Amino acid sequence: MTPISGIKMMKKMIKLTVGVLLLAGFSTSAVLAADGKSEAVKPAAEFGLDEIWSGYHFAKKETQALQDDDFDNPGNLWLEEGAALWSKVDGDAKKSCQSCHNDASKSMKGVATRYPVYYAPRKKLINIEQRINLCRTEQMKAKPWKWKSKQLLAMAVYVNNQSKGMPVNIRITAENKPFWEKGKAFYYKRRGQLDMSCAHCHEKYYGKHIRSNVLSQGHINGFPTYRLKWQKPGSVHRRFKGCNKQVRAKPYGLGSDEYNNLELYVKWRGNGLPVETPAVRN
Amino acid sequence: MAKPRIKVPKMAKVGEIVEIKSMISHKMESGRRKDKKTGKVIPRKIINALKVTFNGKLVFSASLHPSVSANPYFAFDFKVPGSGDMVFEWTEDGGKVITAKKSLKAA
Repeated sequence: MTPISGIKMMKKMIKLTVGVLLLAGFSTSAVLAADGKSEAVKPAAEFGLDEIWSGYHFAKKETQALQDDDFDNPGNLWLEEGAALWSKVDGDAKKSCQSCHNDASKSMKGVATRYPVYYAPRKKLINIEQRINLCRTEQMKAKPWKWKSKQLLAMAVYVNNQSKGMPVNIRITAENKPFWEKGKAFYYKRRGQLDMSCAHCHEKYYGKHIRSNVLSQGHINGFPTYRLKWQKPGSVHRRFKGCNKQVRAKPYGLGSDEYNNLELYVKWRGNGLPVETPAVRN
Repeated sequence: MAKPRIKVPKMAKVGEIVEIKSMISHKMESGRRKDKKTGKVIPRKIINALKVTFNGKLVFSASLHPSVSANPYFAFDFKVPGSGDMVFEWTEDGGKVITAKKSLKAA
């Protein structure tokens, strides 16, 4: 090869690489837009994020594929279990969920977009898991399910799943405003030996690596999420507990008021994102 | 709790290559974990084998070991020889066999 032809070839190669890069950039953005879940949403209210991205966007391609396929998604095992439990009679009142709520695809549609809600008899917030157990103890006269039990997770997946694809829409009213404020304070408060707040990871450094994991914006539109690490779906509160432990803070309890307030605030931050339950994350 | 799910197309052409998928909900207790309260080792309980037959003829088999994660998933390509029944058999430690069957109609 003469030196001249070598230079020519190099020039050609550079042109080619630029072309390929352009093409690659173009095609990925097209793919992201096509699946509908990976689009950024403009926040309706002013807070720390300019664009809202679902955790799906930060997941690996393989994990996304697992979530998208109805058969491959392992969360669907819980979804099927939940569907079976919906019509199962339990408790002294001889009732099932179906006895009062009939067809879940109609009665539970949109529920996941507005929970946790203010519950007047207790003068505080309750989330979907607590609502399910309230129904069990008060209407069905049955024993409440344990927080990490297969049944409660299955039912929570089933109820949340009825709103799949609908945008999260938490409205702040006079009733839930004080709890929202508390949740916000929790979000921005530094805690633990590492002295970090939720915002440090999920607002300031989302999209960056924390060791081998990519930090998401911490939205909860896919919960109860099937985590590959857990090898089963888990509740939002379980996730919060894990986060708190990771900054070496003492976590609050599953179902605690602190986490309910935080759940309301974090869900509000993700307003406009579609419900993805059961989502799959690593 | 071990509920199987399988995906076999209802109709296919003879000679066509189709994808068969299977998943079984199972804890896959590795036998290396300890009970946090008692400190005792939780005995191993995993699905240790999968056997798939089509009209009685073996078409796919696998032996599973403790490092396989929960809810084992298997998918494979299958060349359709004709109509028949596809039977999945998972064997659990202790000898319990869980089966699932789907019929395939070939045109």
